[in-house]
Amino acid sequence: MENNTLLGVRDLRVSFRLDKHDKHADFEAVKGISFDIPENSTVALVGESGSGKSVTSLSILGLLPPENASVLPGSQILYGGRNLLDLSSGEMRELRGKEISMIFQEPMSSLNPVFTVGYQIAEVLRLHLGLAPKQAQARVLELLNEVGIPDPAAKSAAYPFQLSGGQQQRVMIAMAIACNPKLLIADEPTTALDVTIQKQILELMAALQDKHRMSVLFITHDLAVVGEIADHVVVMRDGEIREKGSTDEVFRNPRDVYTRALLRCRPPLEKRPRRLAVIEDFMDPGKLPEEAQERARGVSGDEPIILDVRNLGKSFFSREGLFGSREFKAVQGVSFKLPRGKTLGVVGESGSGKTTVGLTLMRLHEATAGEALFEGHDILAMPKAEFKPYKRRIQIIFQNPYASLNPRFTVGQILSEPLLIHGIGGSDAERTRMVHELLARVGLPAASYHKYPHEFSGGQRQRIAIARCLTMKPDILICDESVSALDVSVQAQVLNLLQDLQDEFGLSYIFISHDLAVVKYMSDQVMVMHEGEVVEFADSDDIYLRPQHPYTQKLLSAIPKADDRIRRVTA
Amino acid sequence: MNSPMETTSPGLWALAWRRLRTDRIAMVALAVVALFLLTLLLSATGIVARNWDAEIGVNYAPPTFMGAQSAEERGVQGMHAAEEAVPDNPRDPLADVIRKLRAERGAGAATDAAPVEYYGVVDPLAREIAEIRAELAKGSAATAVERRATLPLGADKWGHDIIQKTIKGSETSIVVGLTAALLATLLGTLFGALAGYYGKWVDDFFNWFYSVFTSVPYLLLILAVAAVLQQKGVLTIVLILGLTGWTGVFRLIRAEYIKHKGREYVMAADAIGASDLRKMFIHIFPNISHVPLVQMSILTVAFIKSEVILSFLGFGVPVGMASWGSMLNEAQNELILGKWWQLAAASAAMAVLVTAFSLFTDALRDALDPKLK
Repeated sequence: MENNTLLGVRDLRVSFRLDKHDKHADFEAVKGISFDIPENSTVALVGESGSGKSVTSLSILGLLPPENASVLPGSQILYGGRNLLDLSSGEMRELRGKEISMIFQEPMSSLNPVFTVGYQIAEVLRLHLGLAPKQAQARVLELLNEVGIPDPAAKSAAYPFQLSGGQQQRVMIAMAIACNPKLLIADEPTTALDVTIQKQILELMAALQDKHRMSVLFITHDLAVVGEIADHVVVMRDGEIREKGSTDEVFRNPRDVYTRALLRCRPPLEKRPRRLAVIEDFMDPGKLPEEAQERARGVSGDEPIILDVRNLGKSFFSREGLFGSREFKAVQGVSFKLPRGKTLGVVGESGSGKTTVGLTLMRLHEATAGEALFEGHDILAMPKAEFKPYKRRIQIIFQNPYASLNPRFTVGQILSEPLLIHGIGGSDAERTRMVHELLARVGLPAASYHKYPHEFSGGQRQRIAIARCLTMKPDILICDESVSALDVSVQAQVLNLLQDLQDEFGLSYIFISHDLAVVKYMSDQVMVMHEGEVVEFADSDDIYLRPQHPYTQKLLSAIPKADDRIRRVTA
Repeated sequence: MNSPMETTSPGLWALAWRRLRTDRIAMVALAVVALFLLTLLLSATGIVARNWDAEIGVNYAPPTFMGAQSAEERGVQGMHAAEEAVPDNPRDPLADVIRKLRAERGAGAATDAAPVEYYGVVDPLAREIAEIRAELAKGSAATAVERRATLPLGADKWGHDIIQKTIKGSETSIVVGLTAALLATLLGTLFGALAGYYGKWVDDFFNWFYSVFTSVPYLLLILAVAAVLQQKGVLTIVLILGLTGWTGVFRLIRAEYIKHKGREYVMAADAIGASDLRKMFIHIFPNISHVPLVQMSILTVAFIKSEVILSFLGFGVPVGMASWGSMLNEAQNELILGKWWQLAAASAAMAVLVTAFSLFTDALRDALDPKLK
């Protein structure tokens, strides 16, 4: 189906200056990579954070920050017989948006909030094609229609904040294809979107690629998405290409251990190994992943109940008019029983109220209805002072380990603080000893004690956050999207750690996530939430095998089917 | 990048200092500011400029490089000038008249030593007066000898050395600037933290307070505070500037607290049971500490300039104290006479410090850029 090479990257090397006075502190983000993008096909550039995939795409467009990034001599990006790296900035500008265009991860921040979306699309048309305002407007409606936005005439006069996330991304796509580009670069275009929306966007992109006979460079960390959309895969790690080839080939027979590891780190939907495979298992040939054993999940019904939540509700009020207020029900009528030592999974898309449930149980938000009985005491109704001893027994791990640790505290301070506040451990020496024990337990070196959070990777930071909760020996741990911000390989490590801790301390988890595969892997019971209400509540295997509610069915069908693809091609 | 072997890591301030050290302009500016502070310390402890108010030069003595000037050239009409014009009896304005009267009464008859009888009345204090006169004459002759015709940077109206006066003036101005900035920053930070963190009616209250303060014209506010405090002095100026200058800091700190109180690390602190005060000042404050620091530095510069304006308007330091403002105020009249050196010295000192301080503030802000990796 493809014939000629549209764009060729040859020995691309990009280096960043980290310290403007120290030449030796340069960091080479891309270390001499070469690959081709054939005409009329989709190439996926896959890698975890820090692999250099985004830097590669930015250097194709000449958008690297000039003050500290430099493309090293010898690098070539060949397009239409020219080396893009030699072009002047004027020539590059001519090319950008017209022949090569780009869409970004966050549609909200890529659109200018003070202009209507119609104006922003028309701007591209006027700049590159020189269309008159009337013609441009007609073309805008055509484009909006093409990317599947209902009622284009009304939406073209809307401001970005008036559109949903999925619609915003559609507008970005409309803007990118406005001039019929030959190459569309999509940098993680669906990562910020819900799984059902992601599916729609992927289908749209595939349709547009086919219709306009353009090529797409699709950058992602998610191999499952690659399986849905790409013809070719380039796997990158640490600025180098580990493997490239056609998607079928790579999925069927991954030659590189890293690719193999990436494909296996994701929790599989159809089985549940005791532990997840991690990259190290594959990189170290002597070790064999202990995937063989299956873990039994589900509740029998006679476990002791540690938390009994009845009819929980949380409303937010916004002022309206002089005296009135409008009620927004974020959560209503949520009831569940959490058995000791078990995991309750909470799934839902953004805005479903799943995070609010967690925060309300911690009393980080005050509930507006219902009760939560913890050992027979309603923790939502008691005064704050009375709640304090309970607080240490219910802990929460937040989504973003970059934001949940105070950047001005050392790890030692972060971990000692809860001990100090709750008067655990008699002396400073005793507390220091306890902190060191915990560091060892979550797999961090003792030297971490004096370091600051920014010196750690995302996975390590999440371990610190877990250790902080463990200092108080909680009974219930709420994991609010705790692994969503992590790379797949790191995700597997953290999930394994959480699993081990549950086995060791008999913790009960409330595991909140939008990622159905992860929830399925971790949970005994699953609660599906939609618009603030529970739509389905059952044992996790039942939910996945026999979903009852149409919304659950829709969610499940939207999961990218790389797993199917792997199974299909390996079978 | 730290090696894994390293057991301790540099904190924010150590990193900021490292960045600052590589900035050449910042280091020069810092050296200049340090020099001023050192001078301030020396002058405050009395090691230099202790006798700045000694009248060691002739009035309006010009800078040495301009050479000495005669009294007429200096345009002096003060008492020393009168002394030179009537050298034999400088203190008595009626001396000439008396002499004339004596002559009319018939010369020779009078003896100087004996009590003199004027118009038939014997002056009982004549002897004492004569003694005092003699002493005064001696004294004034002695000072007149010591007064120098030129000084390195000239002298003011009373013959004070401009160098020492500028040093003393710097002390006053910098002390006023720094303490007022400290006061304003403290108030602004405290109010801002309370308003931003608690929100709701606390925020409403402080916002109302802020609006009232900012709606009154600045000079009027200063006049009002000055009127309430009733007395002139360094403390008064510090209070005036500090009590009126917190509004800008307040607005910034409040915004920072609103931004930070919703951050996950504060929620995490809440989750482990940290109290409100702990969250405000142990968790949030270190994360925004660059804001008050940079603000304080900006305010210091602004307040040094404000002190000058206040003194210039006459609300500044009391007579008998030197500050850059009072020096400029005096220079206003001197300039008509062509006496530019006091103005030049005070302005130069102020310009150098303000420029150095501003450059340093800029560099400090860059170095404290809170973007952490």
